Amino acid sequence: MGRTLAEKVYDAHVVRRAEGEPDLLYIDLHLVHEVTSPQAFDGLRMAGRQVRRPDLTIATEDHNVPTTDLLKPIADPVSRTQVETLRKNCSDFGVRLHPMGDDGQGIVHVIGPQLGLTQPGMTVVCGDSHTSTHGAFGALAFGIGTSEVEHVLATQTLPQVQPKTMAVTVNGTLPGGVTAKDLILAIIARIGTGGGQGHIIEYRGEAVRSLSMEGRMTVCNMSIEAGARAGMIAPDETTFEYLKGRPHAPSGADWDEAVEYWTSLRTDDDAVFDREVVIDAAELTPFVTWGTNPGQGLPLAGSVPDPASIGDPVKRQNAERALEYMGLTAGTPLREIAVDTVFVGSCTNGRIEDLRAVAGVLEGRKVAGGVRMLVVPGSMKVKKQAEEEGLDAVISASGAEWREAGCSMCLAMNPDKLAPGERSASTSNRNFEGRQGPGGRTHLVSPAVAAATAVTGRLAAPADL
Amino acid sequence: MEAFTTYSGHAVPLRRSNVDTDQIIPAVWLKQVSRTGFDKGLFSAWREDPDFVLNRPQYDGAGILVAGPDFGTGSSREHAVWALQQYGFRVVIAPRFGDIFRNNSTKMGLLPVILTAEQVEALQSAVENDPALDITVDLEKREVRWGTEAASFEIDDYTRWRLLEGLDDIGLTLRHAEAINEFEKTRNPLLPTAA
Repeated sequence: MGRTLAEKVYDAHVVRRAEGEPDLLYIDLHLVHEVTSPQAFDGLRMAGRQVRRPDLTIATEDHNVPTTDLLKPIADPVSRTQVETLRKNCSDFGVRLHPMGDDGQGIVHVIGPQLGLTQPGMTVVCGDSHTSTHGAFGALAFGIGTSEVEHVLATQTLPQVQPKTMAVTVNGTLPGGVTAKDLILAIIARIGTGGGQGHIIEYRGEAVRSLSMEGRMTVCNMSIEAGARAGMIAPDETTFEYLKGRPHAPSGADWDEAVEYWTSLRTDDDAVFDREVVIDAAELTPFVTWGTNPGQGLPLAGSVPDPASIGDPVKRQNAERALEYMGLTAGTPLREIAVDTVFVGSCTNGRIEDLRAVAGVLEGRKVAGGVRMLVVPGSMKVKKQAEEEGLDAVISASGAEWREAGCSMCLAMNPDKLAPGERSASTSNRNFEGRQGPGGRTHLVSPAVAAATAVTGRLAAPADL
Repeated sequence: MEAFTTYSGHAVPLRRSNVDTDQIIPAVWLKQVSRTGFDKGLFSAWREDPDFVLNRPQYDGAGILVAGPDFGTGSSREHAVWALQQYGFRVVIAPRFGDIFRNNSTKMGLLPVILTAEQVEALQSAVENDPALDITVDLEKREVRWGTEAASFEIDDYTRWRLLEGLDDIGLTLRHAEAINEFEKTRNPLLPTAA
């Protein structure tokens, strides 16, 4: 019987397999940031261990970094200590680091692909659940906890029980104005926040094949929001085109050899998935969330749902709580919801195409009075490219704030946060209670919807302008 | 890791589903570089409400948290496990867990127990009726017992053995250092390095 893409990549990394034990899986690339690593490095020190493969490990500062005044020390002493701890750890253990102010600095899931370090068929881990982003290249990439970070640092392997496989096939063509973000929000609403639990999702079908690499990264990024262990897309010409010429991509004869191998990384025709979901792209429209988990989403044309109409008692209670927290009334058209803040950025939507989409909508328009809009590039390289293309000028002229690179208001570990009760339209990945600041209320949207919302002050799509 | 064999004690019913790790420990607490002091951050936003279940004195000292489905979804932060443990929890019972949270728990010796939604509901009701209800979570027998009730749960043999013995994964893996060395010799030289 044939194998799925996920099974092919998994099998190629099994170091040791024994009856009644988890497999030992080799890790090709370990990405490190300041938040989930300090206790892991401490563990190594206490046990007198080294980093086994510093050459397969790369670190960046992203979660805590302010997006203004890069040249000043971080004002928050606790954030500053965490960043300084990463610097010391990388120096002590010989790990390459892209610190604040470095032109290679950025969100960990933006810099891996940008450098060409993320390649098809690799295993990639990071102490961060959005590591699933890298699956867009046909890599097996997943988030781990700090104990596992220490394990990978010490051994370059992880004990794993092989996940099940799930196919999400999106047939047909996405209608105009419908983006990768709308697609993944619709998928999560369909299968639920636990729908992918224990599975690696492979996204397939014409609509997925038609996505750019950056669109594919947006889709794979939010696999974790559907509860999946990882998300993957088989590599193809779009992937190779994106990788070619990147600093760590193979070149010359090596390139041809690599492409030959990468081309073999596809699910065999006779392979069987443990679960399959089929979605018709033609039915999709711009999608937004109304609640406090990413599965609570609806088409923008819809209205805030009435919990009383939800049959499942757990989901009903969850919806009631969500409406109370979000300060929403059942039946309100989503287009009537007014926002205070618009956030563009994050590992979900902080890449150059996202910024182009935002600038495309903002060109010749103004951010509505009383609305604050932050645009935070995913990396310093993305920022530089955007500035070369003049996107920053368009964004600033609209009244939005053009910032430095980092995770920023996606999780509000730096000074960018919502005040209690404030409401945002955000291109990030989580609308959890307090995610963007204690008491803050988040609606997840695409970059295009974020920009249109900034212009009208209410949830809107570019077609509404 | 602390070994887990059997825990007997009281429980707290948390009647919420989709309790993500941002709720268990908000991001502001993640700036710490040590492994201690996270008990104060546990559910810190929800604990501001005096009626929140953890603030009710009848549940003081409980070591078992009984929650709704999809507990521990979202962020990979192991701090969520540290916070629960440092607050005093040894066991979390729920119908379904986020994969990464569940994995992190078993690395630290916090036992995640999956019971059916009906069993969880029954246990929550029993605890609400009698907060002093004695509950035993027996990993050896893979069983939760309270009053005259007993519910068995599944956990794979290997994870159970590791928890019963309190074994550290890195030490176990390093027993196979030779296999890792051999595997590395076979890796494609075209694979990238960050060096």
